[in-house]
Amino acid sequence: MTQIYAYIPFKDGVAADVALEFPAAAEKIEAGASVTAVVTGSGADLDAVAGEMAKIYKEVIKVDNAALAYPNAEVVRKALVSILPADAVVLVAHDTFGMDLAPGLSVKLDSSYAADVVDFEGKDGDVLKIVRQELGGAVSTHVSTDLSAGAVITVRPGAFAPAEGGDVGGSVTDKSGDAGDLTAKRTFLEVVEAEVGDVDITKSDVLVSIGRGIEDEDNIEVAQELADAMGAVVSCSRPIVDAKWLEKSRQVGTSGQTVKPKVYMAMGISGSFQHMGGVKGNPFIVAVNKNPKAPIFQVADVGIVEDILEFMPELQEAIEDL
Amino acid sequence: MSSIIGPASYQLFGFFPTVILSFLLPIAGVGLFTYIMARRIAPLVRANPDNRFDRIPERIKNLVVVWLGQIRQPRYMLAGVLHIMIFAGFLVLSIRSTTLVVVGLSDGFVLPGFDGVLGAVYNFFKDYAATGVLIACIIAAVRRGIYKPARYAVPEKYGHDHTAEAVFVLGIISTLMISESLFEASELAYTLQETGADHFVAPLSLVWIFKAMLGSSSLSFLQGLHVVMYYVHDLAFFFFLCFLPMGKHFHVITSIFNVFFMRVRKGNIKPVMHGVKDDELDELESFGVKKLEDFTWKHMLDFYSCADCGRCSDQCPANAAGRPLSPRFITIKARDLIFKNYPMSGEIYNSSKLLVEDIYTEDEIWSCTTCGACEQECPLGIEYIDKMVDLRRGMVDEGMVPQSLQKPMKALEKRGNPYGNMEKKRADWAKEKTFQAEHTVKDLGGKSKETAETLYFVDSITSYDDNIQDIARRTSIILEKAGVDFGVLGKKEKDSGNEVLRFGEEMLYQSLKEDNTEAILESGVKEIVTSDPHAYNALKNDYTGLPPVRHISEVVAEKVKSGTLTLTPCKDPDNVYVYHDPCYLGRHNGLYEDPREALDAIDGLTRVELEKSRDRSFCCGGGGLMLFFEPEEETRMGVLRVNMAAEAGANVIVTACPFCLVNIQDAIKVAGLEGKMEALDFTELIEQHLA
Amino acid sequence: MEILVCVKRVPDTAENEFELNSDGNDLDRDDLVYSVNEWDNYAVEEAIQIVDEAGGSVTVITVGDDEAEEVLRREMAMGANNGVLLSDDAFEGSDGKGIAAILKAEIEKGKYDLIFTGAQADEGAGQVGGMLAAMLDYPYASLVNKIEVDGTKIKVGREIEGGNQEMNEIELPCVLSIQTGINEPRYVGIRGIRKVAKVEIPVKGAGDLGLDAGAVGEAGAKTKRVDYFVPDMGEGAEMLEGSTEEIIEKLIEKLKAKGGL
Repeated sequence: MTQIYAYIPFKDGVAADVALEFPAAAEKIEAGASVTAVVTGSGADLDAVAGEMAKIYKEVIKVDNAALAYPNAEVVRKALVSILPADAVVLVAHDTFGMDLAPGLSVKLDSSYAADVVDFEGKDGDVLKIVRQELGGAVSTHVSTDLSAGAVITVRPGAFAPAEGGDVGGSVTDKSGDAGDLTAKRTFLEVVEAEVGDVDITKSDVLVSIGRGIEDEDNIEVAQELADAMGAVVSCSRPIVDAKWLEKSRQVGTSGQTVKPKVYMAMGISGSFQHMGGVKGNPFIVAVNKNPKAPIFQVADVGIVEDILEFMPELQEAIEDL
Repeated sequence: MSSIIGPASYQLFGFFPTVILSFLLPIAGVGLFTYIMARRIAPLVRANPDNRFDRIPERIKNLVVVWLGQIRQPRYMLAGVLHIMIFAGFLVLSIRSTTLVVVGLSDGFVLPGFDGVLGAVYNFFKDYAATGVLIACIIAAVRRGIYKPARYAVPEKYGHDHTAEAVFVLGIISTLMISESLFEASELAYTLQETGADHFVAPLSLVWIFKAMLGSSSLSFLQGLHVVMYYVHDLAFFFFLCFLPMGKHFHVITSIFNVFFMRVRKGNIKPVMHGVKDDELDELESFGVKKLEDFTWKHMLDFYSCADCGRCSDQCPANAAGRPLSPRFITIKARDLIFKNYPMSGEIYNSSKLLVEDIYTEDEIWSCTTCGACEQECPLGIEYIDKMVDLRRGMVDEGMVPQSLQKPMKALEKRGNPYGNMEKKRADWAKEKTFQAEHTVKDLGGKSKETAETLYFVDSITSYDDNIQDIARRTSIILEKAGVDFGVLGKKEKDSGNEVLRFGEEMLYQSLKEDNTEAILESGVKEIVTSDPHAYNALKNDYTGLPPVRHISEVVAEKVKSGTLTLTPCKDPDNVYVYHDPCYLGRHNGLYEDPREALDAIDGLTRVELEKSRDRSFCCGGGGLMLFFEPEEETRMGVLRVNMAAEAGANVIVTACPFCLVNIQDAIKVAGLEGKMEALDFTELIEQHLA
Repeated sequence: MEILVCVKRVPDTAENEFELNSDGNDLDRDDLVYSVNEWDNYAVEEAIQIVDEAGGSVTVITVGDDEAEEVLRREMAMGANNGVLLSDDAFEGSDGKGIAAILKAEIEKGKYDLIFTGAQADEGAGQVGGMLAAMLDYPYASLVNKIEVDGTKIKVGREIEGGNQEMNEIELPCVLSIQTGINEPRYVGIRGIRKVAKVEIPVKGAGDLGLDAGAVGEAGAKTKRVDYFVPDMGEGAEMLEGSTEEIIEKLIEKLKAKGGL
């Protein structure tokens, strides 16, 4: 049986959603495989998370050290190398921390590496079959990785089903003493929060979200008028912010804001995972896009193949007539 | 009986011969003037070469029509008439002024041949000339000083107001007129009083009026006045001569040269460096204009010749839209920089700053749509487009390209079109279901080696833009109906590069030109037709060695006249149509009548003209790469144009350029005129009415 | 500051339409247009800006075939001082570790203060930078969107969730992976590229680097791509059909039901 470890990311004493997805991922690697959660940190926050994880994982390892109070990948890596067996299969979330931690970890553990996995298709001896994407999600690939000397694998948040509630009554083992030397050549200074813009998109129940399909900065007012008619707020995907057409505070996505609206109107948005990663809570997603093959249509509830520049004004008129 | 003593013989206070002044003033004046002119010529000597000695007959024609004939002046009627009066007056008075200088040295001097009838006739006209000039100056001064027309205003960021300088010069000119007339009138009045001889003077001229006013003055007063007025005139004259090169009145001296050297070819862009062939471009150290001396000598002369009249900026669509560009100040700022760097005394100062960091801003230079309205308007033959392109070449060379333009430039490099679409899909517009069912378009660039007499050069926007592909289909149907044997280059066609060149990316343009030229010549076609005025302009004026190029409207007009194409009566007789002249068809290539003739051949079509039509047409906002550039502006040019059409009472705007169509359609939405105003392409209207 | 930037030649995501080839196991590569990986380009611009301020030089390096040289030239046209191509048949099929090992062998021959990679490339893994750092025992920071150089210690900002920025101090030498948006890369025109067309770019193979063939290339790879495929779409959205009016009617009904109006 493969021994799988899952690194649990958390903030302010609460584990990230992806922490619930590792069991399903592990199950797809090998049915019945056991997963040990690993949590590093310091103090009450760490204990709270460890306790929560013990409800989902039979075994939880915690490492408590002041140097781990803020998740500094350079320090965490050293701790993990000290406490993990060399042939471990380690699951890490493919988030900004995972991208910092995982590649170096696979080198130090001398194991294979696979990143941003969206699915597993089981093992064939020591060879694990993986599904991932390339070219910004435009194509999918099958990849094989050799587990014989262990592996570090980053898993796309939201790709695997979260564990249901319940309590497996797991136990927490304290391995703080095995952490070893935790000095690093990189020191955490502070987190600079994103500037709050004039509008807080996280507070709105309905969002009219625009993507590249808006084509021109001048067309944004078309979306604003629809939003006004719906009592909604305008948000957007990353390219709109990169072009400086809207401020960063309007961006929905893994590198932007996380929103939990009731209704999400995705207008001219292709539906990349980085963008949809910012949409949580299972809202009613309406996708309008000129391209019938846009990935958004796989995740939306309702799909409409139209040019948003023509569709939005008509929808707005119809709503105003109500 | 004595006659009045002229300045050559007069003795001040009884002993000081004023002839000394008549001697010193001209020497000092001419000497100083020569020194000033030498300083002014210095930058021209250091400037880049220019080729302005070609096409001499056309240059002479420009001299006669634009300089002497002042043909562009009446475009602004009041100012134009005033200026023609002053200009004509100056020409006539030039002989008198020269004579007067010598009169101060030798009393009663007349130029050889001017002593008889010729002299009398000349005096007659010269008196009216002086009168006319004075009247014009007074009106002009009132207009400038009190009414202050908007186009002379100087926005804060460009410095102080120029009205004082303008009124001051009008004052000097008036002084010259008055002093000359008083000098003459005083002699005539003196002679009348003293001898009774009443010499004929042009009635109601200034001299006539002064002579009458001086009728009862004492002889000693008249004598004094005569001498004083002479030296007032002499002083004012040489002061004015030396003042001319110091400001906007330099144009009095440079205009004749500037007009002789002005553009004789339209629509094309100057080479990177005159005298350097295309295949030698790689050897150049630097491209474009980065500092002052990178301009050609003619461009420097342009800066000197600006009369600060503001007509260029008044016509500039970018200026009207509130972009940071005002052509007048492109010139004035450069002129002021020349004055600063090449001072009258002291060292010539070389700045290490780039022009776009010093006197211009990057946005200012990128704002220009190259529509040519400024050049068309300027009565002095000052050019702008080549300067903008040279400045852009300099910026591109330094890597200063706005982010919004980098992507389409890269796509042009890799895929031959600014959208990044695949080459093999360039002719996919012909595969549209209903079209393909009835029409086949020959592929001259494909493997099957099809041939045709005529090439339909489609260009990028018409090939790839969903909404514009219709133009390609309709043009094909029209050509078919007109019996033209044509084909397209398909994936061998690349963007014509008209905008690429004008945006300063010279080497990318050269690469596109090479590829297109090769493909066109290989296809063996005898002529080229296009529905895109930008492609038309590039192929006709910038490319060399190609078969003749025509625009679809030329073809339609010809075929309608010859009877090959017949058009049905108008299908929407209630509509009021207005034709918008695209810049690259109209102003740059003189094609104004053919599209109108074609439209008028549709019976019952009601067509009105915009106030700003033909060579005064107002740019829609620009085509090619300008569609990608995000300028800082207050209104869109297209919106201003659409409002003009609404004011003219039209509800359909017809245009013969795909970019105009895009800009105007967009503008109709932004202006909130959807449903009230429509934009149609020329080919759409014609194809709908094919019998 | 001696800065090394690792760049990669990738299919351009903006100007290509990706389709499977007729066998259905690889991309149709006939009409693909390649250019330098967008993240790497930001990294080179950042390096050039640092060197403009602090002095030093920028070297660009890539592991690839002959065609990969064109991206090195383009980055040199942009302003990088030197280019190095690591090319050898033995490198074919390397996984991330293999690439990192090849780069490490060359890096150890020089003395670089900063090593940049792009945050990710066409495969979307973002792995080489971190692996390289671990192999060299240099500290690492990924997704860097701000760099402040101050002597031998530098401050870097990392882009983290929620649009926030995590500031860190990091010792030199270090490895940084650069995120898009850190700067505005300058334009590189055809002329610039032609100017560097004749510049010498050394090519090094496995022998020059002293690499054991078994550690790199297909032989040494523990992770391998098996094929490309088009995934089964699954259920996806309920597509609304009909005229625009009909669609809007249906949509409004649904929106009312879900509390969107």
